[in-house]
Parts: sequence; structure tokens; C-alpha cells
Amino acid sequence: MDLGPHAIFIIAAYMVATAVVLTLTVWVIIDYRAQCRLLAELERRGITRKSVAHPSAPP
Amino acid sequence: MHAAAAAVKTSGQNRSQTASFDRGGETGAKAAESRGTVPRTYMAMPLIAYANPSRFLALTERVLPWLVGATAIAFGIGLYQAFWVAPEDYQQGETVRIMFIHVPAAWLGMMCWTIMSVSALGTLVWRHPLADVALKTAAPLGAAFTFVCLVTGSLWGRPMWGTYWVWDARLTSVLVLFLMYLGLIALWRTMEDPTRAGRAAAILTLVGAVNLPIIKFSVEWWNTLHQKASVLRLGGPSIDASILVPLLIMAMAFTLLFITLHAAAMRNEILRRRVRTLRLRQAQAAQGA
Repeated sequence: MDLGPHAIFIIAAYMVATAVVLTLTVWVIIDYRAQCRLLAELERRGITRKSVAHPSAPP
Repeated sequence: MHAAAAAVKTSGQNRSQTASFDRGGETGAKAAESRGTVPRTYMAMPLIAYANPSRFLALTERVLPWLVGATAIAFGIGLYQAFWVAPEDYQQGETVRIMFIHVPAAWLGMMCWTIMSVSALGTLVWRHPLADVALKTAAPLGAAFTFVCLVTGSLWGRPMWGTYWVWDARLTSVLVLFLMYLGLIALWRTMEDPTRAGRAAAILTLVGAVNLPIIKFSVEWWNTLHQKASVLRLGGPSIDASILVPLLIMAMAFTLLFITLHAAAMRNEILRRRVRTLRLRQAQAAQGA
């Protein structure tokens, strides 16, 4: 495909857009895994919303 | 199912507990159902039941894979149309292909602030917890799309206008929008209490909404280097269908991308607030013991 004399501008524009979209996607995935890990860690230590609200309740 | 996912599910099931932002429609609605006094809005609008963090998490888990697939397909079709079907413009030549990312990014930058403004009303008027989450998580996405709009516009402007930047009304008002997004993100980061930050951000968002009509009509109100509206205008689009159709497909792809990322980011924010609530209550319990 021939993008003409201004190909560099077209390619640069699409590369910037791709980089931004990929960054957002990776950020969302990493953030999700981090929050899941933190919640799992809290649950492993026995800290759940139920246990915190009623610490004396049997597990 | 691995441990992390199990933790999310378990957290989602403990609805009776009191993460402050988890007080929402579902618990109240269930209580009302048991009393036989189901709110009319719940009967008339079943979808509103999903405006509850726990139900939203469950819904997101089901819908996200489909959204990801639909976004990928839409981008596949859109990019094929943009590069192999759409002809070059008779004046701008091949550089018109930049429009297929520049215009959808601009639309999304503005749409995102519109969604945030509606969410701000939800936060200030109804104090709905999901509205607050929606507002906070939309800001980085809006900033990203506005950034793409500015950069691609600049890269399009250099070969067509002979300059990367000019301080005309359209470009300047979009730059202001981008700076407002950054300001909003900074505001969220300066306040530790999400409730207080949410209210301040909601007020700022509503004030900033004044900029939306300025952006839209800047090319009509002032003499600008930027061209006038050519799609959303009275009298219909002035673009030929061979270029308009790929543009609309790309706009749909970008919109699907935004919905996907926003849903995923909202899910993350809900989980983050659960973690924060658990830690705070754990600390309070430790102090009381």
C-alpha cells in the first residue's frame, strides 16, 4: 500500500493511537490482577467483610 | 478458578456487609421486596438493579468477553475499510486516513466528559456509589482519547496546514479539555477520602461541562483554521459515503473500546474500594481490641 509523500505522518498517528490504546489495556489488566491479589491476600488472612464486621462470629 | 478470582466472587457475595460505597440499590431493593413494597422504579426499569456494585461485578464478568470480541471485530472491519476500501481524498490525499482515528478520538474525548457530567449528577443529587466510580474511572480514558485527538490532529495539520499547532478556538478548547481531565485526575489523587474527592470532582466536572458546547461550536462562533463540522451538522453529513461509512465503523469501534475499558476500570475501582474498606475496618478493629 502506498501512503504517499506524507506516509510518515499517517504511520506516526496510527502508532501513537495504538500505543495509547495498548497502554490503557495493559493498565486495566495489571490493575485488575493487583486488586484480585490484594483481596485474595486479605481473604487468606481471614479478613473478609463478614469477619471484619463480626470478628467473634465463627468462620 | 484461581484464588484471586475466587476472592472476587466471595467478596461479591458478602453483600450484607458495609463497605461504605457498597450500600446501594440491591440491599434496599431486597428488603423492599420482602416487605412487598418493591420500588416502582425497580419494576419499571430492571436494568437499574445493575446499578449496584455487586451486581455490576457479576454483570461485568459475563459481558466483558463479549465486549472484547465485539471491539476486536469492529476494529478489524474498520481498519480494513479505512486502509483498503476508503479512497484518498481529492484534496488531502492519503492523509485523510488520519481522520479515521482523529475524529472518533475527538468524539470520545467529548462523550467521556458528557458521561462524567451525568455521573456527577448521580453523585451530587442521588449520591449513587456507582456514579462516583464511573466518574473517576472515565477521567483517564477521556484524557487518553483527547490526547490521541490532539496528537493525531497535530500530525494531520503539519502536512495540510503547514503547522503542527495553531492557537485557534477549536484546538485551544480541546487542549483545555485535556488539561481539565488532568486536573480532575490530580484532584482525585490529592484527596485520600474517596467520598470527599468524589464530591469535589463532581462539582469540577459539572463546571467543566461548559467547555463542551464551546468545543462543538467553536468552529461556528470564531474564524478558525480547523474546518467546520462535516458529520454532525444540520443538513446531514457533507462527507462522501465512501469515506463516511469507514469513519462511522471506526467510531463504533472506538466507542466499543471505551465501553470495554470503562467497564473493566469500574470493576477494578470497585475492587480497590473493597480492599480499602477492609483495611480500614481491620485497622479500626485492631485499635478497638
